[in-house]
Amino acid sequence: MTITKEQNGTALTIFLSGRLDTTTAPELESEIKQDLEGIKELTFHFGNLEYISSAGLRVIMTAQKIMSKQGSMTVTNASEEVKEIFEVTGFSSIIDIR
Amino acid sequence: MKELNIQAVVENLDEVIAFVSSFLEEMNCSPKDQMPIEVAVEEIFVNVAHYAYKPVTGMIRIVCNRIDNDAAIEISFEDSGRPFDPLAKEDPDVTLSAEERPIGGLGIYMVKKSMDNVQYEYRDGKNIFTIRKNIHL
Repeated sequence: MTITKEQNGTALTIFLSGRLDTTTAPELESEIKQDLEGIKELTFHFGNLEYISSAGLRVIMTAQKIMSKQGSMTVTNASEEVKEIFEVTGFSSIIDIR
Repeated sequence: MKELNIQAVVENLDEVIAFVSSFLEEMNCSPKDQMPIEVAVEEIFVNVAHYAYKPVTGMIRIVCNRIDNDAAIEISFEDSGRPFDPLAKEDPDVTLSAEERPIGGLGIYMVKKSMDNVQYEYRDGKNIFTIRKNIHL
């Protein structure tokens, strides 16, 4: 998995590529814990995300809980397969997926 | 039939996924089916790695089979750890809001939702978890 970030004032976009799984999720979690302070608008760009498991969903939920308190969060460009997982787990109704 | 015997530790996840994905590729499984199957394999394997033999480690046997004239696949996971039925756990409430929802607890639920059949049995000192998925060629 590769994590790329782009910050513009209080807006942060995180581009993920590869696989967000049990092995790679802790890396994203520690990035999020460092970077979200003062962020009001968080965007996850999933255009190159090939795969997500429950370990990845945990981190997305952690980020959503933080952002619900301090601003907003959006997930963009997810593949059909990843969207299907958001559907099944009910994430579609609590996360802004575009 | 393809079989892998491997130490049930999280560090072996990539090897387990590579094993299953090569089986799925041989079957010309579509990406639409491949991802949920890989997710199911990850969830079950990681569950065994985390809990079955705690605090020590042990082996897991993973067997992939083609069934119904290649219209479906069946993957079974066998470990000799403590008896544990993952299906006995109550499903999480996926209608709760972000504030109310716990962070985790979705793994086995995703397996149940995305596979066409899941089955657990404890036989001859082994936990045997089997998943089946119809694949659409």
